[in-house]
Amino acid sequence: MNLQVVFNNFAFLILQGFFGIGKFAGGTLRLAIPAIILGFILGVFIGLGRLARSRWISTPATIYVEFFRGVPLVMVIFWFWFIIPTLLGKSLPEYSVALTAFVVFEAAYLGEIVRAGVQSVPRGQMEAATATGLARAQVMRHVILPQALRNMIPALVTQFIVLLKDTSLASIIGYVELTKAAQIVNNREIRPFELYLFIAVIYWLCSFGMSLIASRLQRE
Amino acid sequence: MNYHFNWSVLWSGQSGAWLLQGLVTTVELSVLAWLLALILGVISGALRTVAIPPLRWPAAFYVEFFRNVPLLVWMFFWYFAVPPLLPEPLREWLFDHGAEFWAGVCALGVYHGARFSEVIRSGIQSIPKTQFEAAVSTGLTMAQAYRLIVIPIALRLIIPPATNESLNLLKNSSVALTIGVAELTFQTRQIETYTAKAFEALTAGTLIYLILCLAIAAIMARVERRFAIPGMIAQGQTGEF
Repeated sequence: MNLQVVFNNFAFLILQGFFGIGKFAGGTLRLAIPAIILGFILGVFIGLGRLARSRWISTPATIYVEFFRGVPLVMVIFWFWFIIPTLLGKSLPEYSVALTAFVVFEAAYLGEIVRAGVQSVPRGQMEAATATGLARAQVMRHVILPQALRNMIPALVTQFIVLLKDTSLASIIGYVELTKAAQIVNNREIRPFELYLFIAVIYWLCSFGMSLIASRLQRE
Repeated sequence: MNYHFNWSVLWSGQSGAWLLQGLVTTVELSVLAWLLALILGVISGALRTVAIPPLRWPAAFYVEFFRNVPLLVWMFFWYFAVPPLLPEPLREWLFDHGAEFWAGVCALGVYHGARFSEVIRSGIQSIPKTQFEAAVSTGLTMAQAYRLIVIPIALRLIIPPATNESLNLLKNSSVALTIGVAELTFQTRQIETYTAKAFEALTAGTLIYLILCLAIAAIMARVERRFAIPGMIAQGQTGEF
């Protein structure tokens, strides 16, 4: 074990790989943060869609969730990687493809979190809000969703941990995040043990730190 | 959009054979990794519930470390970093017998073992503590009480979440393509490379995964009914060991 290789490439691994500051358009956080925000927005529509009274809305939402939960993420990434150029007639950068794939894929899981969150709000809240004369959409926006969001926070943090780990798969289409950065360094230095163990520790620190936050939020 | 569908690429040429080989490799990889994960999960999950801290700590370290690092990193770790540490004859044997496959089994099995461990732990913790006490009071040792009473009950209780985790394992086996295991996603991509028919190849691969997942879920729903504990003694109760 010779940690020199880690010190020599520390800036590249952390700045380029983890934060995305450098000559490659990459970065774990630069992919994970927009993906969770956009995925959550899409997930709200899907989660509420599953709860809709109309079957024309709830059935497609259910199929969406069941489909993406039954397919490997690697497959979804390949779908977007090969299909976007066909649909648009031009290829997009890896970042856009990876971000689209993650938003679409994560929205299925986030939709389930939203649904569980909405269902965790007592029924009386809905009835009371309706009794004050609010329309159904207003009840959702002003009464149910704010309370549901509070209940969802621990699950959302957990899902963000999952997403942070999943962004490593963006490396298969050439997006330079932390794992790809380690691969690049390893191709030059041939020090797989030290390099992969180092990034494992980085991922672990992020995940473990956030799971502590999640369990604290759960208690509050 | 100017794309000409040609579904016949899936059964003309070698595509059909590739898909079949990919499916077989995916199933082999998943089954072996699943067995490894189950063994590691049961042992570490049970150890995390015992009252002896020196037994709990290594299990906790295993679960927290392996679960919180991406599977892809473990794939690279087992494939690139572990073989150089092995003795020469074993390493040569491995590279003659598909090292990437065995690295994939280890990565998938050890990673999912940590995730199974949490499922099994929560199963054990959902059994009332009195079950364990009753077992010990009949004269069983702690190890016997775990082996004969606690773990069999826990395994029957955790069938739904364990099914979920098993399906995750099956889907995650696709990550093994990054180290060159010729499983289903790998073969799907190979068909795309040879025929330039991405849509058809990906549809075939995706459908096979969906069918596999739905079939396993249906089988496990039957298994769950078959092994349901009459009266569901542990439903809604929690107890800490």
